[in-house]
Amino acid sequence: MPDETSTTDAVIHARGLKKCFGEFTAVDGVDFDVAPGEAFGFLGPNGAGKTSTMRMIGCVSPVTAGTLTVFGLDPAHDGARIRSRLGVVPQADTLDNELSVLENLLVYGRYFGLPWSESRRRATELLDFVQLTDRAKDQVEPLSGGMKRRLVIARALINEPALLLLDEPTTGLDPQARHLLWDRLYRLKQRGVTLCLTTHYMDEAEQLCDRLVVMDKAKIVAGGSPRQLIEQYVTREVLELRFNRGEGETDDGAHLDGQLDGLADRIEQLPDRLLVYTADGDATAAAAFERGLRPASILVRRSTLEDVFLRLTGRSLVE
Amino acid sequence: MAASSAPIAPVAAPADARRGLMSALTAHSSLRVLEHDLLVFRRGWRSYMMSGLSQPFLYLLSMGIGLGLYVNRNGGAPGGVPYLNYIAPALLVTQAMMAAAFESAWPIMSKIAWEKTYLAALNTPIGATSLLAGDIMWIAFRAVLLSVLFFVVILAFGAVSSPLAVLAIPVAVLTALSFAAPIIAFTATQKTDQSFNMLFRFGITPLFLFSGTFFPIEKLPLFIQPLAWVTPLYHGVSLARGFSLGQVDPVADLIHVAVLAGFVVVGLFVARITFRRRLEL
Repeated sequence: MPDETSTTDAVIHARGLKKCFGEFTAVDGVDFDVAPGEAFGFLGPNGAGKTSTMRMIGCVSPVTAGTLTVFGLDPAHDGARIRSRLGVVPQADTLDNELSVLENLLVYGRYFGLPWSESRRRATELLDFVQLTDRAKDQVEPLSGGMKRRLVIARALINEPALLLLDEPTTGLDPQARHLLWDRLYRLKQRGVTLCLTTHYMDEAEQLCDRLVVMDKAKIVAGGSPRQLIEQYVTREVLELRFNRGEGETDDGAHLDGQLDGLADRIEQLPDRLLVYTADGDATAAAAFERGLRPASILVRRSTLEDVFLRLTGRSLVE
Repeated sequence: MAASSAPIAPVAAPADARRGLMSALTAHSSLRVLEHDLLVFRRGWRSYMMSGLSQPFLYLLSMGIGLGLYVNRNGGAPGGVPYLNYIAPALLVTQAMMAAAFESAWPIMSKIAWEKTYLAALNTPIGATSLLAGDIMWIAFRAVLLSVLFFVVILAFGAVSSPLAVLAIPVAVLTALSFAAPIIAFTATQKTDQSFNMLFRFGITPLFLFSGTFFPIEKLPLFIQPLAWVTPLYHGVSLARGFSLGQVDPVADLIHVAVLAGFVVVGLFVARITFRRRLEL
């Protein structure tokens, strides 16, 4: 849970933050602080309340209850002032298809009150930063998904924000495009920009986040660095076992007759496989083999945030 | 590039100064929205101007001259006015109205729900009210442009009877806004564009045909006439025609202007509410 003493210099400070849409509670009293220069993540499945939280931080969605300050200011009164120092990469690209790549940036700079010359200077620089210089005069529509995302990131940087909010920045992108994007975000972090992002990809959270909170059903269920979370909630390694079962049958582990008893800290049953949490995956696999278990396939891997999420909520992140 | 120094520096400005700054920002940011629209317009302005000239030419040629031939043979429009001179100012107003009605429906819907460019703008210091103000100015700008072009064609046809005719331009713009404001307010409440077809089929098109554009509303069945009085187009058409024919009736004209202005003011007031309700949730 967040440290109460760190609130004075926090870029984002939230206590009991709540968002309701009519009867529906999207965010149910969450507490967190984001420190300057930090990369902070909200990890959770779709519908966990991540986007609603981000929209409140972005001062485009009024807070229903609780406390929220961004740069020490109150979004209810200083929304425009806060937004002038924010960069926002929304889930949907929201690019202007009637304008060229360069014009999209120019207009956005103007929205922030930049003079044309300054807007142009920054736009040119940013196109270089996101490797889109050769597409400057092109229309937006034919760009690939990855290129559009990069353009949106460039657009979000036109006001030189101190805080960058990214809502699922790489959802729907191919691996190559994701890695290019992560690289750019990492460089921004190096420059001292505070990053705040949502994701339902555990690898993204592990790559980018210094600290994260796990959200589920409108609440924060755990928080810490990726390493802390893994140490606290799961074992170092996971042994994945698959057994050949009949069509349509789920692996409820009943056929094992307790053959794994005492070998593992915990066993998680997924529809297609068993996850055996243990400090030493190879040793556990060998022990299971000795006891006569003959799985169709064996995989030993390091525990990830996915496992943490499974442990905390009993469900997978991406369904 | 991105800020590396002093990432946070909460500013505690006095409340008054802050409010002053905010209002200045709002006034400014609506102009930025207008600027965006002009930038988009820069791509298509030639074809826009061309159709802005050809539409009135075709209308005046077919209805004013062609149809006018028969009307004039039977004594012309009320007061013995040549039919061309009778319908030219009315067509000018209806054209501006039609364009503004269209602009307030689909393109605004796209900015709200399809391309969502409003959502991108809302992540900047620009607020929903500035978006509304900027795009209303944009619609007004297009109405001015269309009306001026239409007026030029009317002049070329020699279809004006008074120097006051030039006042048909501001009347057309006011009429355009009297439609734009309420329609934008309506658009912001819609999830899809299905209702727009109904709006045009049962609202805009009948108004175009029956608001005294082509014949006096006194020729309509008695029970329908009051309907014309409460719609803005009738007032815009009457005003513009009066000026164009050099017939000024101060009291009636003031009422016409008041009705049109009323639609604009109430429309904008409601639009501000529906915009904020839709975009700031």
